[in-house]
Amino acid sequence: MTDAVLSIAAPRATWREHSPLPGFGLTMGVTLAYVGLIILLPIAALIARPWEHGIGGFFAAVFQPRTLAALRLSFVAAATAALANAGFGLLIAWVLTRYDFPLRRLVDAMVDLPFALPTAVAGIALATLYSANGWIGGLIEPLGIKIAYNPTGVFVALLAVGLPFVVRSVQPVLQDLDAAYEEAAETLGATAPQVFFRVTLPALAPAVITGFALAFARGVGEYGSVIFIAGNMPGVSEIAPLVIVSKLEQYDYSGAAAVGVAMLVLALLVLFAVNAAQLAFARRGMA
Amino acid sequence: MTTPLSRRQLVAAGTASVLVAPGLARAAGAATLLNVSYDPTREFYKDFNGLFAADWKRRTGQDLRINQSHDGSGKQARAVVDGLEADVVTLALAYDIDAIAQRGLIAPNWQSRLPNNSSPYTSTVAFLVRKGNPKKIRDWSDLARPGVQVITPNPKTSGGADWSFLAAYGWARRRNGGDDAKAQAYVRALYKNVPVLDTGSRGATTTFVQRGLGDVLLGWENEALLSIDEVGPGKLEVVRPGLSILAEPPVAVVDKIADRHGTRKIAEAYLRFLYTDQAQDLAAKRHYRPRNPAIAARYAGKFPTVNLMTIRDFGGWQAAHARFFADGGVFDKIYQPG
Repeated sequence: MTDAVLSIAAPRATWREHSPLPGFGLTMGVTLAYVGLIILLPIAALIARPWEHGIGGFFAAVFQPRTLAALRLSFVAAATAALANAGFGLLIAWVLTRYDFPLRRLVDAMVDLPFALPTAVAGIALATLYSANGWIGGLIEPLGIKIAYNPTGVFVALLAVGLPFVVRSVQPVLQDLDAAYEEAAETLGATAPQVFFRVTLPALAPAVITGFALAFARGVGEYGSVIFIAGNMPGVSEIAPLVIVSKLEQYDYSGAAAVGVAMLVLALLVLFAVNAAQLAFARRGMA
Repeated sequence: MTTPLSRRQLVAAGTASVLVAPGLARAAGAATLLNVSYDPTREFYKDFNGLFAADWKRRTGQDLRINQSHDGSGKQARAVVDGLEADVVTLALAYDIDAIAQRGLIAPNWQSRLPNNSSPYTSTVAFLVRKGNPKKIRDWSDLARPGVQVITPNPKTSGGADWSFLAAYGWARRRNGGDDAKAQAYVRALYKNVPVLDTGSRGATTTFVQRGLGDVLLGWENEALLSIDEVGPGKLEVVRPGLSILAEPPVAVVDKIADRHGTRKIAEAYLRFLYTDQAQDLAAKRHYRPRNPAIAARYAGKFPTVNLMTIRDFGGWQAAHARFFADGGVFDKIYQPG
C-alpha cells in the first residue's frame, strides 16, 4: 500500500543493474519463499477447492439469494465503516499529533486496543451495550433506533475494529509533515481551510487511503466481533463469513470455498481501485 | 469463546506430552485418551473422566490421562475429519458421527455397536421461560403467537437447534394430521418470532439469560436445567411441551485413530463405562436423562415424562438433514420472501 509513496522517494534496483546494496539474491529468495508459503499457497488451495461440482456448482453456491445478500451486507458495511473511519481516524490522528493535552499518550495507546482485544470480546461488549437492555440500547431503542441485532450492528462492530488501521496509517505521515509548508502557505495569504485542503490534505491523502483500504479489507473478513451483534438473520443481517461457516457446518467444503473465492475476487477489485486512486494522488503530489 | 483456548491448551499439552512423556509414559505404563465432545457436556465429562480413570486404575493398575475438547458438534466432527486425533467422539447428533464415518475413520455400523443406538444418555427439547411465565407459554402453539419473542440458535450451525426444529415441525405436522404445508407455515410463524439467530446453543443461552432478550429459550432440556443452576432458583422456569423429541447424543470409538494409538481397549471400556450405574447417576446429576430405568426412576421428579418422537419419525438423520437443513431445504424457505 505504501509502495506508491516509496517508489517516488527511493530509486529501485532491478535485477539487471548491479545494486550498490548487497544481498539481493538472498533477500529476494527469502521474500518469494515467504510470500509463497504464507499467502500464495493457502490462496491456491482455496481457489482449487470449489470446482467439485464444476463451474455450475460454483455459480449455484455464489448466486443463491442468501449468499448474495450476505456478500452485499459484508461489502457495504465494510466500505461505509471504513469511510467513516477514514474521516474520524484522520481527525483523531490530527488531534494526537498536533496538540498536546493531558493523558495524550494514554488516548494514543487506547487506539490500539481493538488490535489487541480478541474480536469476540469486542463483539460481546458491543452487544451488551447496544442491545435493548444495554446502557446505550436502553436509551435509544425507545426512540425507534435499533443498533444491535440488525445490519446497523454490523456497521458499528466494523467501526470499532477498523479505527486503528486509519489512525496508525495517518499518524506517522502527519508527524513527518513539515509544518514549514503550512506556514509558507499562510504567509502567502492562504486561509485556514485553504491550507488544510490545498496543502495538508493532499499530503495525507495516500496515507488516509491506505488506512481506508486496510480497514475495509479487515472489515470484509471480520467474523468474531460481528456475529455477536448482527442478529444473523439469513438475508437480512447475515454476513458472508457466516455463510461460509454455515456451509462448512454442512460439510459443504466446495460451497464454502466458492463463497470464499467470490469474496477474494470482490476484495481484490476494490483494493485495486483503491490502489489506483492512491497512485493518482501520489502523481498529483509529485507534479 | 473459551474453546479455542481449551483446544490450544490441549494441543500444547499434547505437544508437551509428545516431547516429554514417551520415556515417562513407558516407564509407568500410562496412557492418554482424547474425548472430542460438544459444548454442553463439558461439566459431565469432567467428572466422568475422573470416575473412569479411577476405575481403570483399580482394574488394570494403569494410569490414565483423559483429555477433553468441547465446541459446537459439527465443528468438532470437522476437526476430527481434518486430523484432530480423537480416540472417542461424543457428539450431539448421529449425523455428525456419520460424517466422520463417511470419511472412513469410523466403521459404518458404529451406531449398533453399543446399546440404545450408542446413546448412553438422552435429553429432549424444552422451553425455558422467565419467572412466573409472564407470557403464559405452555405449548408449541404459544411460540408462534404474535408478540412472543423466541430465542433459539440457527439449525444450520447448531446441532441442538436441529432437534428443536424437528420437535416443532413434528408437533405441527401431527397436530394437522400429517399436513406438511401446515407444518411449514407453523415453523415459519415460529421463526418470525426469533429476533436473533445465534450460531450455537451456548450463545443462545447467553442471549436469553445474560442479555435478558426474549420471552422463551427453545433448546436442550439439559441446557435449560443448567441455566437454572447457574442463575439460582426463582428466576427461570422450565416448561415441557406436550410433545417433544427424544434427543440422542451418540458416542463412538474413532477406529482408525484408536487403532493407530493402540488405545482401542481403553476407548471401548471408556464408552461402556457410560452405561454403568455410577455414570448414569452422574449423567442425571448433570441434567441428562439416564437410559437405565432404575436410575431414571430415582430422578423422575427432575425429568417428568414427556410424549416423545424420535429421529426415526423423520426417516433418520441423513433424510432429515437433506430435507430440512441442507441449502434450499425447509429451513431456508422460511427466510425466502413470499
